[in-house]
Amino acid sequence: MAETLKIELRIKRFNPEKDEEPWWGEYEVEMGPTDRVLDALHYVKWHIDGTLTLRRSCGHGICGSDAMRINGVNRLACKVLLRDVAPVVTVEPILGLPVIKDLVVDMEPFMAQYRSVMPYFVNDEPPPPRERLQSPEERERFDDTTKCILCACCTTSCPSFWARGEYVGPAAIVQAHRFIFDSRDKAAAQRLEILNEPDGVWRCRTVYNCTNACPREIKITEAIAEVKKALLFSRL
Amino acid sequence: MFEALTSVRTAEQRMERSSNFELFAWLFMRVSGIILLVIALGHLFYMHFVVGVTNIDFALIAERWENPFWRIYDTFLLFFAFTHGTNGMRYIIDDYFRGGVRVTLKLLLYLLYFALMVMGTYVIVTFRV
Repeated sequence: MAETLKIELRIKRFNPEKDEEPWWGEYEVEMGPTDRVLDALHYVKWHIDGTLTLRRSCGHGICGSDAMRINGVNRLACKVLLRDVAPVVTVEPILGLPVIKDLVVDMEPFMAQYRSVMPYFVNDEPPPPRERLQSPEERERFDDTTKCILCACCTTSCPSFWARGEYVGPAAIVQAHRFIFDSRDKAAAQRLEILNEPDGVWRCRTVYNCTNACPREIKITEAIAEVKKALLFSRL
Repeated sequence: MFEALTSVRTAEQRMERSSNFELFAWLFMRVSGIILLVIALGHLFYMHFVVGVTNIDFALIAERWENPFWRIYDTFLLFFAFTHGTNGMRYIIDDYFRGGVRVTLKLLLYLLYFALMVMGTYVIVTFRV
């Protein structure tokens, strides 16, 4: 572990109580060869400037708290190895959501879109004595979209969402997809009705930024296309 | 929770809600895209390689439109290319503009579309040497 990695870290800083405009904080740090961007941010916060504000929880790519724009693309800071992005690493808050402080954004507009697609299981039929059975094939149908951790990497990489926050966004469509194609769920028609609005799936211009941004490697654009197809064939 | 839910979409959008217009616009873009791949590239190939750009003049078009096939071909080209392009412009306006500007730009776009479609169709249908 003698080897070290010299990193020039550029972090977009903004404190609404002090700053009129966001500014770039520049920090030179020496990190280990297996350290991640999150470790470098921790180093800055713990040893250089304690006011640096960021969200992170599990630090292992599953809670989805530390989505940020790293060298221009949305990534989870805990999943990006410094050696893959060194020597100059630029870190910004994700775009399209209001910045609260430094790397922390207000997730409420994103969560409001998420809630708007009924992201919960709906089935009013009395439950059978044991579980509601599903074949492996039926489960496989929506397996990909169950992986979403709501980190917002996809929605905040989407040019349609940047231009128009009313667009429901890729993450909400992924969540809707997870229930629309679940054989046990009974509210697919209602969800499709919601996504048939002009600011539903039709605002998607097939840019593929979402698919490239997803830290869970969900085929998001494909999932959106499947929802479009389901709408098409249910309305024609 | 419900406050946030309703704040997401405006009343105007909820009115548009039950319409399938955007669905058909999306489908039209796909279908016309495939059609244009054939007829627009066909047009380009014919005019540039078979005829040659330097040879295009009034007499050539007059001769070409003697044949009803080319009149129908050009009508299709006019309709599909222009409608496809106009809908693309509508997408851009819907994405990037709001309120009065959005309405005004769309109105201008539709007026332009209508005027040029009528003019183009009129020329193709009534052309006589």
